[in-house]
Amino acid sequence: MTTILKRTYSYYFLLPAALIYIAIFLVPTLMSFFFSLTRWSLIEWKFIGLENFITFFEEPSLRIGFKNTLLYAVITCVLKVVLGLLLGVFLTSKIRTKGYLRSVIFFPTLVSTIAVGLAFSMMMHPTQGLINTTLAKLGIAGPDWLGNPDLALISVALVDVWKGVGFATVIYIAGILSIPEEYYEALQIDGGGALHKFWNIIVPLSRPATNSVIILSFIGGLRSFDLVWAMTKGGPGFSTDLIASIIYKQYQGGFYGLATAGNVILFLVVTLLAFPLYMYLNRKEAEL
Amino acid sequence: MRQKKAKMISVLSVTALFAGVLAGCGGAAEKEETAGGSTPQGEGKTVTISLLTDNTQDAVNQAKGVIEAFEAKYPNIQVEHETRPGGGEGDNLVKTRLATGDMTDVFWYNAGSLMQALNPEQNLVDLTNEPFMKNVVDSFKPTVMFKDKLYAGPLGSTMGGGWLYNKKVYSQLGLSVPKTWAELMANNEKIKAAGITPVIGSFKDDWTTQIVVLADYYNVQAQTPKFADDYTANKAKFADTPAALRSFEKLEEIGKKGYFNKDFLATTYDAGLKMIAEGKGAHYPMLTFAIPAIEQNYPDQIGDIGFFAQPGDSPDVNGLTVWVSNGAYIYKKSEHIEEAKKFVEFTSSIEGIEALTKMSKPSGPLLVKEAKLPDNVPQVVKDMMPYFDTNKTAPALEFVSPIKGPSLAQITTEVGAGFKPAKEGAQLYDKDVEKQAKQLGLQGW
Repeated sequence: MTTILKRTYSYYFLLPAALIYIAIFLVPTLMSFFFSLTRWSLIEWKFIGLENFITFFEEPSLRIGFKNTLLYAVITCVLKVVLGLLLGVFLTSKIRTKGYLRSVIFFPTLVSTIAVGLAFSMMMHPTQGLINTTLAKLGIAGPDWLGNPDLALISVALVDVWKGVGFATVIYIAGILSIPEEYYEALQIDGGGALHKFWNIIVPLSRPATNSVIILSFIGGLRSFDLVWAMTKGGPGFSTDLIASIIYKQYQGGFYGLATAGNVILFLVVTLLAFPLYMYLNRKEAEL
Repeated sequence: MRQKKAKMISVLSVTALFAGVLAGCGGAAEKEETAGGSTPQGEGKTVTISLLTDNTQDAVNQAKGVIEAFEAKYPNIQVEHETRPGGGEGDNLVKTRLATGDMTDVFWYNAGSLMQALNPEQNLVDLTNEPFMKNVVDSFKPTVMFKDKLYAGPLGSTMGGGWLYNKKVYSQLGLSVPKTWAELMANNEKIKAAGITPVIGSFKDDWTTQIVVLADYYNVQAQTPKFADDYTANKAKFADTPAALRSFEKLEEIGKKGYFNKDFLATTYDAGLKMIAEGKGAHYPMLTFAIPAIEQNYPDQIGDIGFFAQPGDSPDVNGLTVWVSNGAYIYKKSEHIEEAKKFVEFTSSIEGIEALTKMSKPSGPLLVKEAKLPDNVPQVVKDMMPYFDTNKTAPALEFVSPIKGPSLAQITTEVGAGFKPAKEGAQLYDKDVEKQAKQLGLQGW
C-alpha cells in the first residue's frame, strides 16, 4: 500500500492542474462534441445525428469562408514573418532611438482589436476616410478598401498585420539577440558584408523564432474573428466571411447546435492544418 | 520566510477570488431584497421590477417616459431600466438570458417571427385573458400569438415600410409621388440628371438593405394572396413565385442603374438619415421608425421629409406594408408577475401611450383602441394615414409567417450591390429559410 502511495506520490502535484484542465477544457470540449449532434435551444435538445454537419457543409457561403480563412491565415502569417524579421534586424542594430522605436512597434499589440477595427474602418471610408483623402491630395484615387469584395479581405489582413507585427518583432528580437557573438566575429574575419550576415547567420540561426511566429500567426489567422467582425461583419455580402464568422452567424440565428457543429469542424480544420505544420517545422529545427 | 509570505498571499488571493465569484452570483437577488424591504411606504412595501429594452435613443426615451408616468401612478412599484444592443446581437442576448433564467421581469422585444423563436410557452406569461387585451387593436394580436395564446401588450404605434423622400428635392425638380415602380424609376432618372443621389444606400449597416424586399410585401400579397401560408408550409418559394421574385428584382434594378450614392457600401444608417434630411439624397427606402431619430437630430428638416409606400407595377395596386410595434412581454419566472402585469397594462393603456408619445413621436397609427394621434405628428405619419384610412395595408411577411431567414441582410447586400443577380439571391434566400424552418421544427420541411 505504502509503495503505491510512494510511487504515485509525484503525480499528486499534477492533480490541481489536471482538475482545472478537466473542468474548463475537457468537459466543455466533450459537451460541444455532443451538442453538435443535437438541435439545441440552450434549454432543450433533440438528438439529430449528423444533420448539423450536413447543414453546415451545405451552407452557401462556406466555400468562400474556407477559402478566405486559408487566404487570411497565409497572408497574415507570411507578412508577419517577413516584416517581423526585418524589423527585428533593424531594432537590434546599432541605432540610437532603439528603445523608443521598439515600443512604438509594439504599441498596436496593446490596443483592443475592436477599437483598432473601428478606427481603421473609419479611416478606410472611400470618400471621407483619412487614407483616401490623403491619397486624393497626392492625385491618386483610392479604392473602396472595405466595400470592394475583391479587396476587403486583404484590407482587413493588412490591419491585422499592422496590429500583430509588434509581437512577431519581439520574438525575433529575442531570437536574434540569442545568437552568439562568435558567429559575427567569424564572419568579420572571413570578410563577409551585411547581406552575408543577414542571410548566412541571422536567418538560419533565428529559425526557432521563425517557427514560433509561423505557428502562432497561422493558428491565430485560422481562428481569426474579432477584427473581421469589427471591420466588415463578413460583408459586403459574404465576401469576407471566415469560418469563425459563419459560425457566429449561425449562433446569432439561434441555431446553437449548428453553430457548435461548426466549431467542431473549425477545431478539426485547425488541428489538421496546424499539427502537421508544427511537426514539419520542428523536424527542420532539429536538423539544423 | 519569504516563501511563507508568498504562500500566504496566494491563499489570500484565492479566497478573495472565490468570495468575489460567490458575491457576483448572489448580487442580483440581494439587491432586489433590499430594494423591496427598505422603503415601506404606508400601504405595503415597494417592489422593484426590471425592464429590458434595446439601446436606441428612441427606445430609451420611450422607456423613460413610460416609467416616469407609471411610477407616479403606482408609487409602490419602482421600475429599473436596462438596455441591450439591437439587431441580431440583441436577439441573441434575449434568447441567452431567457435560456439561462436571467431575464428581467418585463422586456420589450419584436413581435412576429422573432417572438416565435423565443419559445413562448416556456418563457412568457400568457396574457390572453387580461382585461386590457380588449383595448388592443385586433390587427396587433396575431403578431404576438402562439398556439392561440397572446403573449404581449403593444408599445405605441405601428410603422410603415416604404420610401422616405425629400419634398424639397421633389418640388425643386417638379416631381410627383409615384404610383408605379416605373414612375419611381423615371423620377430617379431625373434626380440623377440633376446631380442628386436618387436612392440612399446605407449598406454598411446591412439590415437597411432588406427594406426594398420586405416593404414590397403588400404587392406580393396583392398578386398571390396565399403566399404567406404556402411559404410557411414549404409550398411556395421566393425564387419560383414571380411576384415575390420581383421584390429582389426591384432592389437589383436600383443598383444596376447606379441610383445609389457612390459610397453606399461604406455608408451607415445614421449617415443615410443625414443625407435624406439635408436633401443630398432624394429617396431612402426605410421604416418610418427612423422618424424620431430624424426629428431629434434634424428638427428643422423633419417637415421636408415625406413618405410613400413602395409602388407595384400597376397603379391600381398601391398599398403600404406595415410593421407592428414591439411587444411588452413578461418573463414567466419573474418573481413579480402581478406588478409586471400592471406595467404592461399601463403601457397598453391610453395613459401609457400618451406618456410614450410625449417622449417619442409616433411613427404611425396607434395600437390601442380610442388612442388618438397627437395633432403635431410629423409629415411622414400624415402621409401614411391615407393608406390606413382606405384599408390599403398589409402586414410585413415576418408578422404572418414564423420564418425569416437570418442571412437576408447579406443576400440583399449582394443583390443590391450587383454581386449577384436577383434570381440567384432569391434562391439563396430560399435555402436560408429552409435551414431556419428545420430548426424551428415546422411541418412540411
